[in-house]
Amino acid sequence: MELLLVIIIGLLYAAGIYMMLRRSLVKLIIGLILLGNGANLLIFLLGKIVKGKPPIIGPNEKMLGEIYADPVPQALILTAIVISFGLQAFAIILIKRAYKVVKTDDLDEMYATDEDL
Amino acid sequence: MLTAVISGFIFALLIPIILGRLKSISTLWVALLPLTLFIYFLSKIPELLAGNPIKPSYQWVPSLGINLDFYLDGLSLLFVLLISGVGTLVFVYTSAYLKGHHYLDRFYAYLSLFMASMLGLVLSDNIYTLFLFWELTSISSFFLIGFNNDKKDSRKSALTALAITGFGGLFLLAAMVGLGQITDAYQISAMAPMADAIKDHSLYGWVLFFLFIAAFTKSAQFPFHFWLPGAMKAPTPVSTYLHSATMVKAGVYLLARFTPVLGSHEWWNGTLIIVGALTMVYAAIHALFRIDLKGILAYSTISALGILVFLIGLGSPDALLAASIFILVHALYKATLFLVTGIIDHETGTRDVTQLGGLNKVMLPVGIAAMLAALSNAGIPPSFGFVGKDLIYEATLGMGNLAWLLTCLAILTNVALLVAGFVAGIKPFLGKLPEKFKNVHLPAPSMYVPPLILASLGILFGLFPGVLEGGLIKPAVSSLTGTTPDFHLQLWHGFNLIFLLSLITIGSGTLLYFFLKPSESLLKKVSTFDRLSPQSLIMGISRGFALAGKGWTGFFQNGYLRYYLITILGFLSLLLAYRLFIGVDLLINTDVMTEVTFYEAVVLLVMAVAILFTVFSKSRLAAVASLGVVGYSFCLIFLFYSAPDLAMTQFSIDTLTVILFVLVLYNLPKYLKLSDTRVRIRDGLLSLIFGALISILALEVMSESLSKETSEYYAENAYILGKGKNVVNVILVDFRGFDTMVEITVLAIAAIGVFGLLKLHLRSTEKE
Repeated sequence: MELLLVIIIGLLYAAGIYMMLRRSLVKLIIGLILLGNGANLLIFLLGKIVKGKPPIIGPNEKMLGEIYADPVPQALILTAIVISFGLQAFAIILIKRAYKVVKTDDLDEMYATDEDL
Repeated sequence: MLTAVISGFIFALLIPIILGRLKSISTLWVALLPLTLFIYFLSKIPELLAGNPIKPSYQWVPSLGINLDFYLDGLSLLFVLLISGVGTLVFVYTSAYLKGHHYLDRFYAYLSLFMASMLGLVLSDNIYTLFLFWELTSISSFFLIGFNNDKKDSRKSALTALAITGFGGLFLLAAMVGLGQITDAYQISAMAPMADAIKDHSLYGWVLFFLFIAAFTKSAQFPFHFWLPGAMKAPTPVSTYLHSATMVKAGVYLLARFTPVLGSHEWWNGTLIIVGALTMVYAAIHALFRIDLKGILAYSTISALGILVFLIGLGSPDALLAASIFILVHALYKATLFLVTGIIDHETGTRDVTQLGGLNKVMLPVGIAAMLAALSNAGIPPSFGFVGKDLIYEATLGMGNLAWLLTCLAILTNVALLVAGFVAGIKPFLGKLPEKFKNVHLPAPSMYVPPLILASLGILFGLFPGVLEGGLIKPAVSSLTGTTPDFHLQLWHGFNLIFLLSLITIGSGTLLYFFLKPSESLLKKVSTFDRLSPQSLIMGISRGFALAGKGWTGFFQNGYLRYYLITILGFLSLLLAYRLFIGVDLLINTDVMTEVTFYEAVVLLVMAVAILFTVFSKSRLAAVASLGVVGYSFCLIFLFYSAPDLAMTQFSIDTLTVILFVLVLYNLPKYLKLSDTRVRIRDGLLSLIFGALISILALEVMSESLSKETSEYYAENAYILGKGKNVVNVILVDFRGFDTMVEITVLAIAAIGVFGLLKLHLRSTEKE
């Protein structure tokens, strides 16, 4: 399974970067999202994946048993997902706004500041 | 002694305040500071002669070896007396020269800042404070050259001077660090006994190289000389003080100071003789063709500095004696000529020698001072210059095989300098007075008395050289050679070879003066060679640097996001690939890996297809939808592998993102195919390579064992300390609660941003 996940990670990175290299702003955002997902999966994988043992302490216990999924990467990824949502939401609205003002989403045509418009 | 050095700095701070209050009265009293210092240092002579070295020391940063160690010996004494003596006269002169100038207070502040730095420099025994004061002199010189800051030329010259001397200053630091490494000492006086060990050390060559660069830049030696003529943009008192009598001699001082430590080595002597000789001849010939009085004096100063470097390079006791005398001779006549030039400029408004003449009729005392200085410059008896010139010839004649070559060079230089001195000191005053200067009048006494004093000293010391011998020259020479010198200064040596050489110099110089008339056309002819001068070369190099910098920046900082990305990723890929190539064996241990079940494989397949579809889809809606599919597959993977919290978060966030996208989608532009196939293939290749590298990296990291310390801590304490059973939640809200709070803040800011962007109405754009 890890091998397959590794391939998926590579694919996510490649797709994300390819999209970021496009000239369209919308594609840039999509690329950013894909890249972020790839990074999350990478962290998740490197924290050792364990099947069916969530880091939740049983009803009659005071600490986790021997084998459990690592909680630290999970906490990190949770934070990352939420933050990247903030970034995405802002970026999407920014694109919408920019498109409305400059009437293009081609990065190469956005070379003037709004004062020159 | 600390007070003596510091007083100038304090004075520099106070003077703008004081002069601001006392606008109306004459600023003559300001000269009391250098005068007091002059008398103070004079009073130290008996103590020095008694053989007590004066070495006060004050702790500053003892842990780094940086202390205010001062050391007053014969060499320092010669310089401090020059600095404070000439300083006094320059301060007096300035009070009339810049009378009523708007920034007179600033000028005095810079001048005393400079004086204090210069005193500190020649009194420093500690190598790091030496560097510190050295840089301070460069900085104060920058302010003084650029004093007329409303003129572009002044600013440019100030920058050139700062660039060159500052550049040299860094080399001084390097030399000092090197010396510190070799000797493990921070005091120059402690290094002299280790001279032999230093010369055998492997770093000796480097130290020498750095020290030479520092000295040559400061003392305007070839090929760094060109900042000095430019520095003549400064007001005349500055040219007098900094650029003839004191600061430019700092390089000479440095060489003299290190003669006992680093000298008497073929590298030392050879380099100094060659550079010094080149500079003195080159600059002396240049001086012949100038028509601007200050230009003549600037080049003859460079030439004189060349003579000094040359003499230090010869290194024999005779040569060092000649150098000590010539420092004084040159300061006396050159400062006079500069002050006189200032008066001429001030009164007539021109410095062009071709227009000047007959000024004796209107300003006789000034003319007397100038002519006395020109005599001393020419080495005509009974001036002090004659004594100096004799000693120079004596030194060159004592050099064995090379004696005749060196003597010829010295004669050539002296002849040219004599002509330059006559042009600057005699020509403006003799002959016919042009009509337009009929109404020129004598300036205030505070302007013409200082040059008169200096010029008369130049004759007086020549008549009675014994006055100086015991108190000043002998201690100076003994600190240079390390022995008690045995000589007797006198004007008249009888008819011998040296006297003959002097006669030849004077005779041929005078002849040349009558035949060579400086003129504009001649200057133009000579200027055609400027293309080959070091100045043009260095300017060319600096232009080349600027162009290269521009090209480099234009290439990498081109403003296209994707080229930045390509540069960064391409470089990173190369680096990673190289590292993987040179020594990583991939170890894939399938035993420890979890098995693949059928439903997992399906999920991954769906995900892969969705990713590809997102990339290659031509429709925005389809791309966003498949992005959603990618996100939901993520949820499933999180769910399979024990991360229920992540699955929930990913699910809600992904839903929100897709909704947001769809909501604004119709306000967004249509997908356009903007790039051609070749670009797509290039980008695709780069992305695939980078993705593959990341995969390999992930495999590599997975085969390493992981420290579980942090997670074990959380696993054990989540319930005991945090009273929660979901460990991930406890980490987020309890152990790392502050992080989460900041995260919420970030989200809130993003939300405000989104709201603002949606509600913002720009008037100018709405009109469109």
